[in-house]
Amino acid sequence: MIDPKLLSDHNLTPEEYERIVSLIGREPNITELGIFSLMWSEHCSYKSSKAFLKKLPTKGKHVIQGPGENAGIIDIGGGLAVVFKIESHNHPSFIEPFQGAATGIGGILRDIFTMGARPIALLDSLRFGPVDDPRNRAIMDGVVAGISSYGNSIGVPTVGGEVYFNNCYSKNPLVNVFCLGLAEKDKIFYAKAEGVGNPVLYVGSKTGRDGIHGATMASAEFGKETEHKRPNVQVGDPFKEKLLLEACLEVMDRGLIVGIQDMGAAGLTCSTAEMPAKSGTGISINLDLVPQREEGMTPYEIMLSESQERMLLVAKKENVGEVQRVFAKWDLDAVDIGQVTAGRNLRVSFRGETVVDVPVDAVVNLCPVYRRASRKPAYLRAVQELDLPPLAGHFSAALLKVIASPTIASKKWIFRQYDHMVQTNTALLPGADAAVLRIKGQKNGLAMTLDGNALYCYLDPRTGGAIAVAEACRNLACVGARPIGVTNCLNFGNPEKPEIMWQFKKIIEGMAEACRIFEIPVTGGNVSFYNDTEGVSVYPTPVLGVVGLVDDLERRVDPGFKQEGDSVVLLGENREELGGSEYLRVTFGLEKGRPPTIDLETEKAAQEVCIEAIAAGLAESAHDLSEGGLAVCAAESCILGSAGIGCVLDLDDRIRPDALLFGETQSRIVLSTSKTRLPKLLSLAAKKGVTAKVIGETGGKDLVIRQGGREIVRQSVQSLFEAWKNALPEALSVR
Amino acid sequence: MKFGVVVFPGSNCDHDTLFVLKDVLYQKTVYLWHKDRDLQAVDCVVLPGGFAYGDYLRAGAIARFSPLMEAVREFAERGGLVLGICNGFQVLLELGLLPGAMLRNKNLKFLCQFVHLRVDNPETRFTRRCRRGQVLRIPIAHYDGQYFAPAETLNGLEEHGQVVLRYVDENGEPTEEANVNGSAASIAGLINRHGNVLGMMPHPERASEVLLGSEDGRLIFESLIQT
Repeated sequence: MIDPKLLSDHNLTPEEYERIVSLIGREPNITELGIFSLMWSEHCSYKSSKAFLKKLPTKGKHVIQGPGENAGIIDIGGGLAVVFKIESHNHPSFIEPFQGAATGIGGILRDIFTMGARPIALLDSLRFGPVDDPRNRAIMDGVVAGISSYGNSIGVPTVGGEVYFNNCYSKNPLVNVFCLGLAEKDKIFYAKAEGVGNPVLYVGSKTGRDGIHGATMASAEFGKETEHKRPNVQVGDPFKEKLLLEACLEVMDRGLIVGIQDMGAAGLTCSTAEMPAKSGTGISINLDLVPQREEGMTPYEIMLSESQERMLLVAKKENVGEVQRVFAKWDLDAVDIGQVTAGRNLRVSFRGETVVDVPVDAVVNLCPVYRRASRKPAYLRAVQELDLPPLAGHFSAALLKVIASPTIASKKWIFRQYDHMVQTNTALLPGADAAVLRIKGQKNGLAMTLDGNALYCYLDPRTGGAIAVAEACRNLACVGARPIGVTNCLNFGNPEKPEIMWQFKKIIEGMAEACRIFEIPVTGGNVSFYNDTEGVSVYPTPVLGVVGLVDDLERRVDPGFKQEGDSVVLLGENREELGGSEYLRVTFGLEKGRPPTIDLETEKAAQEVCIEAIAAGLAESAHDLSEGGLAVCAAESCILGSAGIGCVLDLDDRIRPDALLFGETQSRIVLSTSKTRLPKLLSLAAKKGVTAKVIGETGGKDLVIRQGGREIVRQSVQSLFEAWKNALPEALSVR
Repeated sequence: MKFGVVVFPGSNCDHDTLFVLKDVLYQKTVYLWHKDRDLQAVDCVVLPGGFAYGDYLRAGAIARFSPLMEAVREFAERGGLVLGICNGFQVLLELGLLPGAMLRNKNLKFLCQFVHLRVDNPETRFTRRCRRGQVLRIPIAHYDGQYFAPAETLNGLEEHGQVVLRYVDENGEPTEEANVNGSAASIAGLINRHGNVLGMMPHPERASEVLLGSEDGRLIFESLIQT
């Protein structure tokens, strides 16, 4: 019956199987085996990561819900809460880019509105291989179209995100999607199955054979052949989800239900097991009542299907009629398929027979937890060593090259395919350091960003993890927002390799330290392992989603210079740090050296000055220094300004000129301010012990940078703009 | 003035449109549900943006059969004011209240961005707060916005001043580059012969507050409100 081949098809080890047998006291049948294989998959159980994730700080006085639910929740005052989360959809997006990305959006939206929040913003972190490879272009095209199709249709704006290009993502694209919703604090719903005898309602789309084993697929490496896995990817229906969203929010708003959980990864299995596991109850359902799209489906198929746009609700008996009326109004079924039981088992019947009878705790909570072996990777020593190449000369030309690197260049080609304005809350258009949204009827606003430099993490995981947090917070500081909570998506290779586990451990340590110093709680996230194809792993890629508040929305700023004659002020210090820079990568093909160092207290102080300066109206613009360093930062402030105003910078740091221009030293921010407000800004920085220096003035039509009086860069804003704007469309139009 | 904002399943600018009319412009505004036939005695019906019924077939193709649309057609034929925005414009074309059809954008991509529009007919109930030739900055967000009509229809539209809004550059010139979706004659907004039904692809409700980067869209609503 259950033989080794069947076990390996289900990605279960012999030891895991024995544990299942001892937990349920007998051999499982095939449906039960399928249920355990899904719920004990890496994707659902976090069995390799759990032990390490505990290191992340999760407490904070405004936290309403930390990790463990569909999404994290933070109190933002005024009776409101934000509900947010990030999820990966990497594996499906590689196999079927359009539907893989589209259903990623569908899934993250359900995580948010399941909790009673209306989704108001989407952001994505996308990582692709270089666009000169047609395969990578096709993946990128499909992913962007998939996100656009789903998000635009359902009417949730895609307001920001990030896109990186690197060889390591060539056969391992990463698609991480973030969603934030707004809820009334006293109308939040959880995945509860309380009240013995309460009916269990199935709502949304019918169940088909699509997506069976999706979660298992996301828990293994890919070999050469992936084409045959295409049927594992589901097909999204944003229209159905829109109806589901409105109907669910309506029954929740009217207090008609007890608990609700979406059917995402692991479908009906996950919701019918997790809801009672959280409530100390059981659930009994009859599969004959489950709406089905195809004929002749087996219990195994029905339980494991990952058909999209479905939810499971628990309602009080007396409210069932009213719940069904609301769903009927939105042309949706709400079918009573079972009930909450006192016994702590998941019991499933099919054609009069019991086909599943297992303890929910065994399925949900008793999966083995692994402390996998970890070992410092051998590659580190080689890549950390950096013999700086001789100076390349022509820095003006180098700047044009760096600014046209697809990672740095304008992403307009992408974001104009996304409806980023629907819901009319978008207070800063895409392209700023962070997305900013108003909250209708409130003075304050929300800011959010996604960030994570994987090359730094590859070169020095611990430092890279800390920088990922610091830089995401710096993005928020540059629009005037103080961070209030973090979610994260950790994308790694195969955790069974000790080197990968070592990267994972170190990055978490770095992130945890930074979160503690910034005093921001981690409210949840997602781990995606097995991002390997044909034995090649992605760089360790933590993507941080940080949410912040701007106290006075009217005071928000963007990165663009506003008028001639403003002073350009640099917070922080320039150091000779070129390791891991985009400059080395683009001009010398080097992905080497140690990433920039970071002192988290210095970083925090610099951000504090930026936030306070913006709140006090002392800054006309703010832009953080990241990939491309000071030269790219200044160029972007020129480009993103209203009138193409240039600037002249006079620097006197005695370091290599290319390090001065393109080094990615942390904890630096460029502000512009009027001459009259300048003294106040400088004294604010002095009070906080932050180095602040006037490095130049806005004006003219060129970006000019001098070092010790010698001109090292002169480039017209127009030519910088052209290079920056055209890079991506041109790279994509090559056929 | 009393406005009614139509809600189809899949409408997604209904809340935004109601917000502008009610909370920004202080007009009495109600939602009109697609399954109803009662227009609740509104003075103006607004068909908002979105993806009515998912728009899987052809934008607006299913929406035209909804019960409410019968009432809206009668209302329009009696001279009632109807404004169709984006998907609403597509529905009006499918209903036959305006001539022509929409094709996919010329670059075959969804486009969300601010555009410049020139008011070519300020003598309508929808544009009378504008000057002739005034350039408005209002965003678009659509996949199927390339307006198409046969030559004789286009000639008729021009002849009767039915082309109300055109895609132009910031100087008011209808250049090819400014015509981002490739519409015939750069048409962005059309009115019927009687002057009571206007369809426009750009979203005035997204440009009615300083915070959103433009207030030019208010001119459309304020033209309707002006007594």
